[in-house]
Amino acid sequence: MAYTYFPGCCMHGFARHCQDSLYAVFGALGLELRELPGWNCCGATTYSSVDEHQAFVLAARDLALAEQVGLEVVAPCTACYMVLKKTKDFLGRYADLRALIDRTLSTAGLRYEGRVEIRHPLEILLRDVGMKALKSKVKKPLRGWNVAPYYGCLIARPYALSEGFSLEAFDAFIPALGANLVDFELKARCCGGSLTGTIEEVGHRLAYIILHQAKQNNADALVTVCPLCQLNLEAYQGKIKSRYGDDVTIPIPYFTQLIGMALGLSDQALGLGKLLVPLRWDVGERGLAAREPAAA
Amino acid sequence: MARPTFFQKVKYEKELKRDLAAEIVATPGGEKIFSCLQCGTCGSACPVSVYMDYTPRRLIGMVREGFKQEVVTSFAIWLCTSCYECTVRCPAGIKVTDVMYALKRVAIREGIYPRRFPVPVLAKEFIRMLKGTGRTNEFWLVLKVVLKTAPLKLLTSWPLGLRLWQHGRLCLMSARIPKPATADLRRMLESVEAGDAAEARPQARAA
Repeated sequence: MAYTYFPGCCMHGFARHCQDSLYAVFGALGLELRELPGWNCCGATTYSSVDEHQAFVLAARDLALAEQVGLEVVAPCTACYMVLKKTKDFLGRYADLRALIDRTLSTAGLRYEGRVEIRHPLEILLRDVGMKALKSKVKKPLRGWNVAPYYGCLIARPYALSEGFSLEAFDAFIPALGANLVDFELKARCCGGSLTGTIEEVGHRLAYIILHQAKQNNADALVTVCPLCQLNLEAYQGKIKSRYGDDVTIPIPYFTQLIGMALGLSDQALGLGKLLVPLRWDVGERGLAAREPAAA
Repeated sequence: MARPTFFQKVKYEKELKRDLAAEIVATPGGEKIFSCLQCGTCGSACPVSVYMDYTPRRLIGMVREGFKQEVVTSFAIWLCTSCYECTVRCPAGIKVTDVMYALKRVAIREGIYPRRFPVPVLAKEFIRMLKGTGRTNEFWLVLKVVLKTAPLKLLTSWPLGLRLWQHGRLCLMSARIPKPATADLRRMLESVEAGDAAEARPQARAA
């Protein structure tokens, strides 16, 4: 099965390890990713603070290009995922907006018809691959690992949940890898988004709340499905420690890195060396040892 | 930042600016602000409302009543991370996140924000970069924003940059889409800008 791959800017920048692992895991599962030729930035959550119409033009151009290819779009960054979905939704809902976008796209010889489907790789794993098939491919089950899932905002809101998905259904991939699913009530709370770089006092606090809770719940790893959440939760752990006096060191793998480990793929192929907080195989053993009642 | 309004509790009719409400109603997602029941669900769902000077509920109330000055000078509009918690929970079907975007747009358009305040600077630099290359490079973007807002912050933030670089996650090459497409994209964006400006002009005259 083949998909159009919409990397988004970060997968070519600070989140290259996410991309490495995504390609590796999709390859191992027999799924093909073909990068969308000539894609542009989707506008993220930033462009609409300055100009909404232009923001829709950006995303609509990507959708139009994807329609030329004709395959379903896979967007591994949840901001891209949400923006593309929102653009599709709004263009279907607001005729004036649609007319403006159509007019603008046509000046570049592009046409958007509203046929293209936008999906997150997690959704593909859950629906197209299925947990049974994933389980059968697991070579090195993550036994003893306590993994807390963290989805962040934009895969859950405002679209995915309304389409028959629940956050509990997302969780299914963790037990399929042989790991213990940690109950994590903050799994869809905001990680701080771009505030970690703009209004740090607030941004770091938001990331801290999540990291602190993950530690409280005895998680060995907090797995993310969004490259920006991944960066926010990982990169500021040091600053959070000095700001709040609380050691929140915890590995933050992107979900395909974790899946890849269970599938027996190499550290190199999964970009594990690019994680700022290392994720090691002994996580499980250490985790178990720490949790078992002390001998004597 | 909200200007202290404690010395003036009452607004007089002639001081109210009704055009803001009209603009929000015309925004996709903001049509229903007059159905807001002021229940406060948005603020209770919001992860940053504790840091806000006015909660989203109050902002919507103020927009409706014409308290434009207070709304566009508020700190709250810059805190919204667009997590969509309010949007999915609003019982009146108001897309509160899109209302917050619209308020940011008004403030940026009218230049109402503190100098060197990073949120609007980030937005503007982001757009400049996108118009140039069609894609963004986080390293150059962050560097530009830091230099324009708080250059001294480089003293404390370089270790993170170094760590990212050591882990092969810092890309210095600016990302871009193929040349003819960049020109196409910029032309499209500018034509929208020009069209919107032309449409806004007669309205501005009427007001």
